[in-house]
Amino acid sequence: MSELTLNVIRLGLLALLWAFVFSIVGALRADLYGTKVQTRTQGRRADARAPRPGRGKGQAGPTHLAVVAGSLRGTTVPLHSDGILIGRNPECTLVLTDDFASGRHLRIYPGSDAWYADDLDSTNGTFVDQRRIDTGYRLEPGSQIRIGQTVLELRR
Amino acid sequence: MSTVTDVRPPTGRTTELLLLVFAIAIVLLAYANVGLSTSGSLPVGLVAHGVGFLVVTVAFHLVIRYRARYADPLLLPIATLLNGLGLVMIHRIDIGTGSGAATRQLIWTAVSIAVAAGVLWLVHDHRVLRRYTFTAMALGFVLLLLPMLPVVGLEINGSRLWISLFGFTFQPGEIAKIALTVFFAGYLVQTRDALSLVGTRVLGLQLPRGRDLGPILAAWGLSVLILVAQRDLGSSLLFFGLFVAMLYLATERISWVVIGLALFAGGAYIAWRLFSHVQTRVDLWLDPFAPGLSDQVARGVMGMAHGGLFGTGLGEGYPYETYFANSDYIVASFAEELGLVGIFAMIMLFALLVERGLRTAIGAREGFGKLLAAGLSFSIALQCFVVIGGITRVIPLTGLTTPFLSAGGSSLLANWIIVALLLRISDHARRPVSERPVEPVRRAEQPVGGGT
Repeated sequence: MSELTLNVIRLGLLALLWAFVFSIVGALRADLYGTKVQTRTQGRRADARAPRPGRGKGQAGPTHLAVVAGSLRGTTVPLHSDGILIGRNPECTLVLTDDFASGRHLRIYPGSDAWYADDLDSTNGTFVDQRRIDTGYRLEPGSQIRIGQTVLELRR
Repeated sequence: MSTVTDVRPPTGRTTELLLLVFAIAIVLLAYANVGLSTSGSLPVGLVAHGVGFLVVTVAFHLVIRYRARYADPLLLPIATLLNGLGLVMIHRIDIGTGSGAATRQLIWTAVSIAVAAGVLWLVHDHRVLRRYTFTAMALGFVLLLLPMLPVVGLEINGSRLWISLFGFTFQPGEIAKIALTVFFAGYLVQTRDALSLVGTRVLGLQLPRGRDLGPILAAWGLSVLILVAQRDLGSSLLFFGLFVAMLYLATERISWVVIGLALFAGGAYIAWRLFSHVQTRVDLWLDPFAPGLSDQVARGVMGMAHGGLFGTGLGEGYPYETYFANSDYIVASFAEELGLVGIFAMIMLFALLVERGLRTAIGAREGFGKLLAAGLSFSIALQCFVVIGGITRVIPLTGLTTPFLSAGGSSLLANWIIVALLLRISDHARRPVSERPVEPVRRAEQPVGGGT
């Protein structure tokens, strides 16, 4: 085998190794740019790709549930037409790490015209605008739901 | 403050397949290169081995497609490439020394990938592992201490790390690493509030209460025990570093890192004063050419210098001149034959693998998965740092295997299981809400008490 061929293979191997590294980097670029970061000052415009609330009569209802205070601050969960479950239990959609939350604490689901919240008989209660809520509570856009140290808010 | 919104991710399975084929092509080129430069002809088994490797990895890819559709698409190709390059280098060193380690490694590769596929298939949701938190602890400790038992334990080169059963040798510490990561994740998820919230502030550091120091002291005690009883610097360091890192991840308290480093420094100093094998390592680190000591570090350094920037080319250097050239010192072998350019590409691959694991941890929506993914990827990162740092004389040399590259079945098996677990967690983290099972909501319609 000639020296030249071996050198070509040797350098080609190095080039291919780096080509592989760069294709991996290229593939994970989606990770860096695919996540959409919205600052609050830009207004809360609805994300076109996010799932709509099930029966939301054409008007742009809230699409996300955001945690605005507590240990999970900054987390958002897309609202889903099947409803979402919030609590400490690992099977919940939003798993709270809050000592005042119950295992299954709160359920949020779409009604005919708005989103509703059911307090699932939690020990320490769910508060909206300083009042403890029961089942079938109608959530206004922007109202803050407090569970222990955690405050949640419906967002567009 | 900003909010991060969820974007439905592409599954990336096609990307995975393409990168997988690319990875195998690189491995086969490297394999062909070894044959061409050592014997002047293509290796006899090129096609057979290539097809076999392709079949095994593509089968794993299909398992991912079927069982974990949204799993991270980059983990499998990176692991495959690293494993394949490791095989090629082991084969190349076999040619130099006349041993048969490559065939054994090839079998272990197939077994490991099969086991990883099995793990992915059986562990449908990584959160079930949380139920076995304390079982994992017991398993981890037993595995760590197993080599010290009289009959099965086996001492090789002054370290009691192996067990020997029915003629098979196995290094249970590698599997213990996974079991203990599961335990740490499960344990810290439960106790992190106590460990992070209470305590007094001293000099801007929030110090924990005295009684909360128990777990870290226990971890430290156990790692010292490993150091003393098994004379294994590497596992001891890995184990304690992993615990401190996960403690920091769980609590966000820098004081744990400070306490951990202080304990480590104290332990390391005492070990250095007391044990001759630690002293030898430190002396070799400071002066690898010191007369009368092992010349392993020196040979590794000379080999890497011989490789230079672009390497001698596969099959054209003398990596087998170093002791443990295909296990502990495989990084030096690569650095000699692929050069600085090649070894940096491989370090980049490790960095990317770890990045994918940490990204998975960020994406995971519950504490256990976060800690588990971060802990598993950190263990790979720390292991790479300890090995490559030891070979390049950044830190004293400690015997640890390089993930995926080194000859050794237990290490390979453990690392493929780690990949399977990361795939499982990332599938869970990246799966869009619309495709998650909705059972929890249905069950919630009959709420079960307060539950607090």
